[in-house]
Order: sequence, then C-alpha cells, then structure tokens
Amino acid sequence: MKILVCISNVPDTTTKITFTADNTQFNTAGVQYIVNPYDEIALSRAIELCEGGKGTVTVINVGEAATEPTIRKALAIGADDAVRINAAARDAYFVATQIAEYAKANDFDIILCGRESIDYNGSQVAAMVGELLDIPSISIIKKLDYDGSNATIEREIEGGKEVVSVSGKFVASCAEGTAEAKIPNMRGIMSARTKPLQVVEAVEVEEVGKISKFETPAPRGSVKLVPAESAEELIGLLHSEAKVI
Amino acid sequence: MSVLVYVEQVEGKFKKSVFEAVSYAKAIADQQGTSLSAISIGNVADSELNELGKYGASKVLKVEADQLKNFVNQAYASVIAEAAKKEDASIVVLSNSFSGKGLAPRIAVKLKAGLVDGAVDLPSNEGGFSVKKTAFSGKAFAIATLTSANKVIALNPNSFGVKENSGNVAIEAFSPEVKSSDLTAIVKEIVRATNKVSLPDAEIVVSGGRGLKGPENWGMVEELADLLGAATACSKPVSDADWRPHSEHVGQTGIAISPNLYIAIGISGAIQHLAGVSSSKVIVVINKDAEAPFFKVADYGIVGDAFEVVPKIISALKAHKA
Repeated sequence: MKILVCISNVPDTTTKITFTADNTQFNTAGVQYIVNPYDEIALSRAIELCEGGKGTVTVINVGEAATEPTIRKALAIGADDAVRINAAARDAYFVATQIAEYAKANDFDIILCGRESIDYNGSQVAAMVGELLDIPSISIIKKLDYDGSNATIEREIEGGKEVVSVSGKFVASCAEGTAEAKIPNMRGIMSARTKPLQVVEAVEVEEVGKISKFETPAPRGSVKLVPAESAEELIGLLHSEAKVI
Repeated sequence: MSVLVYVEQVEGKFKKSVFEAVSYAKAIADQQGTSLSAISIGNVADSELNELGKYGASKVLKVEADQLKNFVNQAYASVIAEAAKKEDASIVVLSNSFSGKGLAPRIAVKLKAGLVDGAVDLPSNEGGFSVKKTAFSGKAFAIATLTSANKVIALNPNSFGVKENSGNVAIEAFSPEVKSSDLTAIVKEIVRATNKVSLPDAEIVVSGGRGLKGPENWGMVEELADLLGAATACSKPVSDADWRPHSEHVGQTGIAISPNLYIAIGISGAIQHLAGVSSSKVIVVINKDAEAPFFKVADYGIVGDAFEVVPKIISALKAHKA
C-alpha cells in the first residue's frame, strides 16, 4: 500500500503568539517550528500500517525551503520519502489543490492528514482534497484499521463515535487516539538526512480570500479569590455576580 | 440571492448549536437585506422543523431520502451545494460541529467559495467581507477577508448565542439526485451517550487535572458536573495517562471550547491548556498551588486542596438548588 501523509509546519505549542506590521503578520522572531502535532499522529498511524514491508509512506508539505527541517523530522519519525511543493502555504484551498494535483499524478491508496493545524485551526485540507479528488473524506477520526483495500474507521461525533467503513481510496483527518505519536530514534534521525526529498513547483490557484488582520484576546480582569474555608461562597458569586448558574 | 443554513439533526432533533447557527444566519440575511432558507437532511418531524421559524428561517428544504438517513459527508455536501444553487444562496452557514468540519470544505470547493471556519462573530464589511475566527488554538483571532462571490461560514458553538425572531417557516420537500459514488462510505454503527452533555456544545464544563491524583477520584468531578448540567473535561496529562478518554481532553491539541463557565480543578494552566479554554466567559480555578499560572486568567479562584474544597462546593450547590 502507498500512503500519502500531509504535514504542516507550525509554531511549537509553547509559542507565545504575537504579531507585527500593525497586527497583519504573525511575528516569527524566535519561533521554533514543529510538525503539526495532529499530523504527527496521522504519520505515526501510516507508519504502523506499513510496518513489516506492507507499504510505503510519503509525506507532503506545501511550503518554502524553510520548512525542510520539519520535513526531515517527519522522515526521521519514519516516512520513506518526502515531497515539498515549493510555495508559501497561502490558505487551505491553495494547499489542498497542490496536494490533490500531486496525488492525481502519483497513485496513492489513502491520504492522511491531522484533524487541524494548530496555527490557523482550519480543519479544511482533508475534506477539500477529498472533494478535489472526488473520493470520500472522513473528518476527525480516532481509530483507523486498513488492510490495503478496506478500512474501518471511528470518527468523533458530539458525545460519542460513529463507525464508518470505506472501500477504495479515501482521505481521513486524524485526531488523538488514532495512534501514539512516534518519537524519532537515532537511526531514524541519521537516515532522514539521506532519504529522498523531492521539490515540486506549485500550480496556480485562484485566490478566494486571505487573512487580513489578527487580534489578541482582551486581557482578563484580575482574579477574585474565595478563601478555601468558605468555598461554599463561590456558588453565590457564580449565581448573583457572574450570573452563570 | 439568499442565505442558506444547514441544520444538522441528531436522532431527529436539533441541538442548541443549530438554533444558534440559524440565529447567526438570520442576522447575516438581515445585513444583506435578504431572506434565510434552511436545509434539513434525514428524518425530522415537521413539528421540529417548525422550530426553525422561531430563529428566523422563512423556508426549510426537507430531504428525507432513505439513503441519506445517516450522515455521509460526500453526499450531504452535494445535497447542501444543490440546495444553495436552488435557493440562489451566495452565503452558506453551518455549525462548526464535528460533522460540519467535514462538510464545509467540500461545500466550499463545490461552490468555488471562500471558507471561514471557527467563525466567532458576524461578518463586517471592512475590506470587503470579513469574518473574525479563532486562530492559534485560542491564543489569537484572525480576520478572514473573503473575495469570492460565494462564501461558506462555519460558526463555533457558544459564540453567537440563540436569538429568537418571530416568524413562520414554510416546509418544502426537496429531492435532489444523489450519485452512487457519493455514497461509498457506509455508517456501520453510531454510539452516543445520551445521558451526558456533549463537551463542544456544553454551556458549563467541569474539568480535572493531575492534581486529582487518579481516575478513582473523578466521582466528585462528575457529581459537580451532574448538579450543574455540565460536561466533564480533563487536561492532556490526564488523557495521556488514560485516566479519562481523549475525547475529554481540552487544550491546544485537544478540543477548544468556549462555555459560559469553566471550572478547572487541579489543573496548573500550562499555555497549551489555556489556549483551548481561554475563550470561556467565566473561569473558576481550584488549585492548592497559589502560584499556578491558571490563576492569572481566572475570574474566580480558590487556593486550597480540591478534596476539601470541591465537596464544600457540592453541598453549597445542593443547598442552592433546594
């Protein structure tokens, strides 16, 4: 089986988010970039499915040359090869179009993504790729069994889960539970340097919108402390002051 | 031109988040000086469909085909896109639920529309058509400006509120053709806990962290949640340790929530956790460490041992309710 895993290059989860240029640009100064944590789950599951010579895992990233360390990290985790579509990841539709174009030209059985990227929090790419390729897309999954032609998938629903079966090609976006994120070992890190990383030029995509500005959340007022001895007073405050119960 | 809202049903009923999406879509229709139509897929009684009128829908297209009884992403997206064409709708609104997240991108591609998901406010005409959405997992907001003729907006639950409008809704049967290739994913089983409040929609959330020491101590978290009609949640270390299921993990790499009240018990407030809960309207923090970073973003705080504090709150709540 051949699995394509889409990865995005995102700021580390501990990053303090600030903006520059009158709040129109994300301030990248001093920011460490990582493989999007959900994409790491998708990648880990893809590697598990291919273990024992059952298949190969290709990772694809849409990004400029600066994202290559993140791609190498994915190779160190265990992907067999990588593709970088050489363009800034303008928006989800742009990224999805690039991935769909690459997938059309290269025959993959399934395509896995993370449930969302932790920067723009779109959970758009997986379903857009599915639509562009006219194949099923299953969003926010927490379990994936796949034998090379048939898949049984559990997807998250409010207050429970839904079990879906799919035959043939599909795209899925993976959440926690699908796999434990793998940590690269020394052998993986060494071999990642020499694994193939192909650079492909992007196709043109019509612009449908853009992020024009950012805002940071309004600071909260200071905390009102209730002494532990009289913890019961909290209920009165939540009822008559905050009016939430 | 009109506005179309997709009304997701669960076992034939609409949840609050649907009425919220209808209220939001009605406000957009008013902004645009046009009317609001809704599209419902699956078996929903007319009495339930009539409810949509209360929130501003003037028409609802009812799709009841047997093959669409269960949610199939691909087919539902096709039906909603067809409904948008039929209603000449240039703006499609839906709730950013788990299913909504799978549908919105497919509808956007079909309609060649720009998509804003995780929207938290009404569109403004600044720079054209701009919608505020969450970004960086709650650490910031982004203003997305759409330049396409058609637009799709997925609204975050608990961000706009339910607004009643007076009005009647006309119910119209709609039976678009569904391609067999849209129906290849098959729902085998649906497991849903009906006695619990679902986390993304919950107005009140009670959450526990490592400070609770072990899964056997969740009884008081659940009791407090039951008394408040709240959903239960947890921090990442707790779900990583399998004390609680992953579906309860709130934070940057879990679920982002925006309830009216968030009560955090024994959670220190790492930046990744705060990201997922900081848009809660009121935050209560109970922690024995007065230096816990969570107190900096809390509205109310109790510095004390959860095992002494929480039972006191439970008995005060019982007295309050009685």
